[in-house]
Amino acid sequence: MTRTPTPDLPGSHPSLEVSGLAYAYPDGHQALFGVDLTVQPGERVAVLGPNGAGKTTLVLHLNGILTAGAGRVVVGGLPVARENLAEIRRRVGLVFQDPDDQLFMPTVREDVAFGPAAAGLRGPALEERVGEALELVGLADCAERPPHHLSYGQRRRVAVATVLASRPEILVLDEPSSNLDPSARRELADILRGLGTTVLMVTHDLPYALELCPRSVILSEGVVAADGPTVELLSDEPLLRRHRLELPYGFDPRSVPLPRP
Amino acid sequence: MHVPDGFFDAPVSLAAGAVAAGAVAVSLRGARRELDDRLTPLAGLVAAFVFAVQMINFPVGAGTSGHLMGGALAAILVGPYTAVLCLSVVLLIQALLFADGGLTALGVNITLLGVVAVLVAYPLFRLLTKTLPRRRSSVGVAAFVAALVSVPAAAVAFTGLFAIGGTADVPLGRVLAAMVGVHTAIGLGEAAITAMTVGAVLAVRPDLVHGARDLRRPLVLRTASGDAGAKAAPADTAATHAPTSPTTPAPPTGAAPGRRSVRPVWIAGLAASLLCAGVLSFYASQELDGLERVSTDHGIMEREREHDLADSPLADYELRDVDNGLLSGGTAGVLGVGVTLAVGTGVLLLVRRRNRTGPPATAVGGTSSGADAG
Amino acid sequence: MSTGHTHKLYRHGASPVHRLPAHCKILAVLAFVLLVVATPRAAMWAFGGYALLLAAVAVVARVPPGFWLRRMLIEVPFVAFAVLLPFVAEGPRVEWLGLSLSESGLWAAWNVLAKGTLGVAASVLLAATTEIRELLLGLERLGLPPVLVQIAAFMIRYLDVIADELRRMRIARASRGFTARGPRQWAVLAKSAGALFVRSYERGERVHLAMLSRGYTGTMPVIDRLTASTAQWAGAATLPLAALVLCLLGWLL
Repeated sequence: MTRTPTPDLPGSHPSLEVSGLAYAYPDGHQALFGVDLTVQPGERVAVLGPNGAGKTTLVLHLNGILTAGAGRVVVGGLPVARENLAEIRRRVGLVFQDPDDQLFMPTVREDVAFGPAAAGLRGPALEERVGEALELVGLADCAERPPHHLSYGQRRRVAVATVLASRPEILVLDEPSSNLDPSARRELADILRGLGTTVLMVTHDLPYALELCPRSVILSEGVVAADGPTVELLSDEPLLRRHRLELPYGFDPRSVPLPRP
Repeated sequence: MHVPDGFFDAPVSLAAGAVAAGAVAVSLRGARRELDDRLTPLAGLVAAFVFAVQMINFPVGAGTSGHLMGGALAAILVGPYTAVLCLSVVLLIQALLFADGGLTALGVNITLLGVVAVLVAYPLFRLLTKTLPRRRSSVGVAAFVAALVSVPAAAVAFTGLFAIGGTADVPLGRVLAAMVGVHTAIGLGEAAITAMTVGAVLAVRPDLVHGARDLRRPLVLRTASGDAGAKAAPADTAATHAPTSPTTPAPPTGAAPGRRSVRPVWIAGLAASLLCAGVLSFYASQELDGLERVSTDHGIMEREREHDLADSPLADYELRDVDNGLLSGGTAGVLGVGVTLAVGTGVLLLVRRRNRTGPPATAVGGTSSGADAG
Repeated sequence: MSTGHTHKLYRHGASPVHRLPAHCKILAVLAFVLLVVATPRAAMWAFGGYALLLAAVAVVARVPPGFWLRRMLIEVPFVAFAVLLPFVAEGPRVEWLGLSLSESGLWAAWNVLAKGTLGVAASVLLAATTEIRELLLGLERLGLPPVLVQIAAFMIRYLDVIADELRRMRIARASRGFTARGPRQWAVLAKSAGALFVRSYERGERVHLAMLSRGYTGTMPVIDRLTASTAQWAGAATLPLAALVLCLLGWLL
């Protein structure tokens, strides 16, 4: 819990520490009531919760778009604060739910380059970053295409690449599986598993959480209501029901192979 | 459709370019102040909206249809500065990518369709919302009047430019009469659609209507009936209730779109189409961009146009005006000329005679247009 | 047509004209059109010369005449207008086939037609040989305020997305039996327009958040920058220079 920012030593701090985070929107509606969550480097954690549980609000705090009303957020040892915002936003790679919101540049290449370029990278170093990030999501040959000519699944993967290009400390995905067909879903899962980055995934797609994340937390009514191995949370049917979560019909979390940690 | 190259002489084109550049510069500063670093994404999306909304086809009846120019609408929704920027960008892209509107006439087009329309519509809208009772329907009335006036105002500006640097020797009075006549008609359609669109936004996200931001506080409800409109000001508008409101001649009560009554709108539309048809004989062709006619089935237009949207508006832009030009306009253009020949030089003026056979034919040429202000 | 941000006026190719940097081309076309507009209308041969110049460019750019002419249909509407001028203009009249035509009106019609057509033709050539993205980069290079260029870029990026929303709304309307026949239906269409605005604006807000999340601080990073060699400038200048000669001759002769 030291507060000195030492970005050069990844691993010496948790990737993400959220403590006592509370927030009310300007209109008075309070969405978070004291969230505590710590994610260690390399972990993949799912944040589960019904609509309206405050998931998106939480996500927007992680890179300082919303400012905590109370409590704090620390990313890799660096507190989220106005003076750190640029570095925080590099460290927290936020992938939005609708890739069309995220991909705002005319071509894939420029879009992926946006983050690193905003951080000052230029020329060959920039090209290398772009190539590397696109390689990671398997879309190196789409660099010159405009985003709207890609399939939805490809767009989602490019969206992941746009944040990977900044080499984030933690990848935060908002409903990564929404609107994906089964094969696109699997491709994305393969990519996320292969990254080795810390991943925080906000979803109500419980099987996807089980497939990808060994650990889950349930966010309900603005607080963390449960925190544990995904398979255990998903097997606790009363718990799920209390928080308006449901497994697909016939799905038994104990019968599927567990994700490797 | 927009003013092509060669319509105005070079000095006027350049001068209008300078005016447009100045207006854009001022707007850049103002919009920055309002939107901060949100400016580019928001203005970009709004520009895309303006571009797209121009492709929505509003049938006027009798096979005629119009579409929004959007100057007043943009000004009311996002404020004058951002509106000027959005319209300028739309016009720039239309000129560069689609050859719609001459490159040298870009300044003229931005000045007329962007600057003049916004400068007239927005202050008028603000004035009316301030003086009319604080009600949602008042916003509709204000939007209606602002849009209605903005269109002929642009036509007057067009005539002014024509007086200085027009390349045709047509008597000014005639140009003015024709332009203002036609544009008042077009303005009615523009006004009705603008008011209804603003009303639709107001119903869902009132906070997004820039021009009605002060209405956001809890409404002061008055028991008086709607007709209090003109003179009721004293009670609720605190400071500024100089009795300016009753002067507005326009049809606020009749067409109050906020009230959802369709009839006045329909009548307005009918009047618009009749007037247009009458005036069309000549200048219309230049202005009637707003109104296009398809000879056969009413449905066709909507299908055609919106079918274009099925693809990319970029890919199919040119079809917007040309398809009709081809389908109906090609022969109809000739027909229109024939009719004009028949009537001879006497037709010129904005005859209010509803030449029931002639005008529809010309109306097709109405696909046409050379200048825009509409 | 499916690679790059193409539009219908763009014609893929690798001709010398295609390869010219966009800012050179924009400037050349602008200068050309300005010279055309500044040419006295009585110098009819000069306009023929301009047309030949454009035709030469089209040959070099390998833009087939059919393609070119079809794209020029955008001007059809105002041709109709020009045709009317001789009937309404003032001044001495000439008799032709029993019609009384104004001489000055005839000249005005010729003037508008010739200049307008050349303007459209030049613009079509520019659009046919330049991709949208290049065009935007070119505009930026020419000193158009970056904010305007970005607004244009966002507009173009999201036009398809918004048109798609519009199309879905139309389908939803149609599925419930709605057809627009006249002003009675305007309220419904206006509701669509209003909804479209709200969606567009909200998307703009989300895009802004996405930009912030990736380190946007108010200025867009410059990722690509067009450059032009002297030879390319010279190549692009050929057209306006030739036009300048014609224009001067038009005034002198």
